[in-house]
Amino acid sequence: MTTLDESQLVDLYRRMTRIRHFEERVAALKATGELPGAVHIYIGQEAVAAGVCGALSVDDYITSTHRGHGHILAKDGQIDRCMAELFGKRDGYCKGKGGSMHIADPALGIIGANGIVGAGLPIATGAALSSLQRRSGQVAVAFFGDGGSTHGTFHESLNLATVWSLPVIFVCENNGISQLTPTAEVAALGTVAQHGAAYGIPGVTVDGNDVVAVYETTRTAVERARAGEGPTLIEAVTFRIHNHSEGLETIIGDIRDHDEIEQWRARDPLTLHRRTLEKAGVEASILEELDQSVAAEVEAAIDFAHNSPYPDPADAYSDVWAGEVPSAAFWGAR
Amino acid sequence: MTRMTQSGAMRAAIFEEMRRDDRILVMGEDVRRGVVGYTAGLADEFGNDRVRDTPISESTFIGAGLGAAATGLVPVIDLLMSTFLYVAMDQILNQAAKLRYMMGGACDFPLTIVAATGGGAGMAAQHSESPHPIIMNSGGVKIILPSTPADAKGLFKSAIRDPNPVIVLYHGALGAVRGEVPDDEDLLVPLGEGRVLREGTDLTIAAIGLMAKRAISAADRLEEEGISVEVVDPRTLFPLGWTTIADSVRKTGLLLAVDEARRTCSAASEIVARVTQDAFDALRGPPTVMAVEDVPMPFTPLLEAEVIPSIERIADAARELVKGAEAR
Repeated sequence: MTTLDESQLVDLYRRMTRIRHFEERVAALKATGELPGAVHIYIGQEAVAAGVCGALSVDDYITSTHRGHGHILAKDGQIDRCMAELFGKRDGYCKGKGGSMHIADPALGIIGANGIVGAGLPIATGAALSSLQRRSGQVAVAFFGDGGSTHGTFHESLNLATVWSLPVIFVCENNGISQLTPTAEVAALGTVAQHGAAYGIPGVTVDGNDVVAVYETTRTAVERARAGEGPTLIEAVTFRIHNHSEGLETIIGDIRDHDEIEQWRARDPLTLHRRTLEKAGVEASILEELDQSVAAEVEAAIDFAHNSPYPDPADAYSDVWAGEVPSAAFWGAR
Repeated sequence: MTRMTQSGAMRAAIFEEMRRDDRILVMGEDVRRGVVGYTAGLADEFGNDRVRDTPISESTFIGAGLGAAATGLVPVIDLLMSTFLYVAMDQILNQAAKLRYMMGGACDFPLTIVAATGGGAGMAAQHSESPHPIIMNSGGVKIILPSTPADAKGLFKSAIRDPNPVIVLYHGALGAVRGEVPDDEDLLVPLGEGRVLREGTDLTIAAIGLMAKRAISAADRLEEEGISVEVVDPRTLFPLGWTTIADSVRKTGLLLAVDEARRTCSAASEIVARVTQDAFDALRGPPTVMAVEDVPMPFTPLLEAEVIPSIERIADAARELVKGAEAR
């Protein structure tokens, strides 16, 4: 049985429902053609982001992936600025220069979602190094997928973090599929967690649809990291309900296994957690109010995004450089 | 002023900067053991926390440098050789060059990456070439290549203090060359400013690194023939030390751009493109690229010498340009 109190359990639900409402609206907006570019929907995996980020402090670091909305929102990223970024608007987190796959909020320790698989692991490792050097007590989490576990940076980062005993937690969201290819076809080991043994660090598999289990696993890893005992590898087994990216079926056809999707829907992480909350005696009305207020917040964020101006064409040339802009010296100035 | 080698100048720079700013951390392969001279002794003074030997994991220690730079440190990463940049290209071109922009300027990445570059040591193509054009095209990484010990010190210090990712290349064949280096710890060489290494009136040679040194030797020879050559070193390749080149070409009317990179999309071709567009009216002859032909760097000294522009080839090309202009 969990050691979490009622408010902690509700907080985990809050983090999940922020993601669910946001993602449902984003998928709908993408379907109407309102959003440029690609979006990768996180529905089905909410318990991973919520459980992990729920166990972190505000100033702890995360790096995220191309499927990053959930991580940003679970780390309490602003819904309106996320939404505006997806619309490519000036008030978006990246002023319309990053988009869905690149949202960052350094003030919340979010060092960025990343469009390159495996790229966030070294960056989180470096944030952990920085924390160690500054003796700040912060931990860093690298979110990545099962696809990322086949990348060289995964192995290099586990090695480096272990050698230097860095306060970093590697969180693999194993949804079983590397874009379209079942990861079992392309990964040597049956689980990602097994790789922990190769580097002499804990490798823990957890039910990625059970937010409390994810939270508690992460909390143990955070304690280990803060105590200077080094990294942990967590494999959260979960499932993505949507396609790799929205609208992909219009290009490649419907190749999903719908029985499998239904099986996982029956283990919807929000539904599972509502059962836990019910058992803990949390009144349904509290959750209904929370859902309504989050839904309203998401609608307000869409209005915010609609009302936000597009960037000025000249904005294409700013924000590359800190300090003096070197390009003013030549072509850009002409 | 103190007379010292390039390596000594870089060593002075890193010691001074690490004393000045305790956020600076040096990491790379064998930095504590000083496989490259300029890091020797750093760990003795600054300790093993600030001077870290890494595993041979270029992508990850450069990525870790970015993560550390984003969160309050000022990492200086020694990569040994510039060809190892290729191993870490995602972290350099997709991450270092772009993250600030993609975040809408929300975060700075004060990261310095140091590597020896260029040929002449018989190390063959995977250890001796000049990848600077790839970085010049990155859109978000500065890159320097000094040709004198004084510039090596002043540029390296500027790179460390710059709030952006900067790649500091130094030419291996210039390691033992001595020169006068200012002792003033705050005497920086600004990134993006070129330098006239040798004044002249008939023709401009724009050249970097070892090619700048050879250009001076070529200019000395041509002087005996009555040809006056100005040698300009842009020192910074991105942002290109352009004004110095343009001013010189407007004076001489002729340009030979010499580069140790391969010809296609070389620094020299960029310089020639700019001169053609910006200083066309001043030109008395075709602005000319001299670079390594589009082949990998060969191993055996005879072949290596064949492909890298020599003093003689530089002098011949310069002479031809001046004679051609006179005949026009």
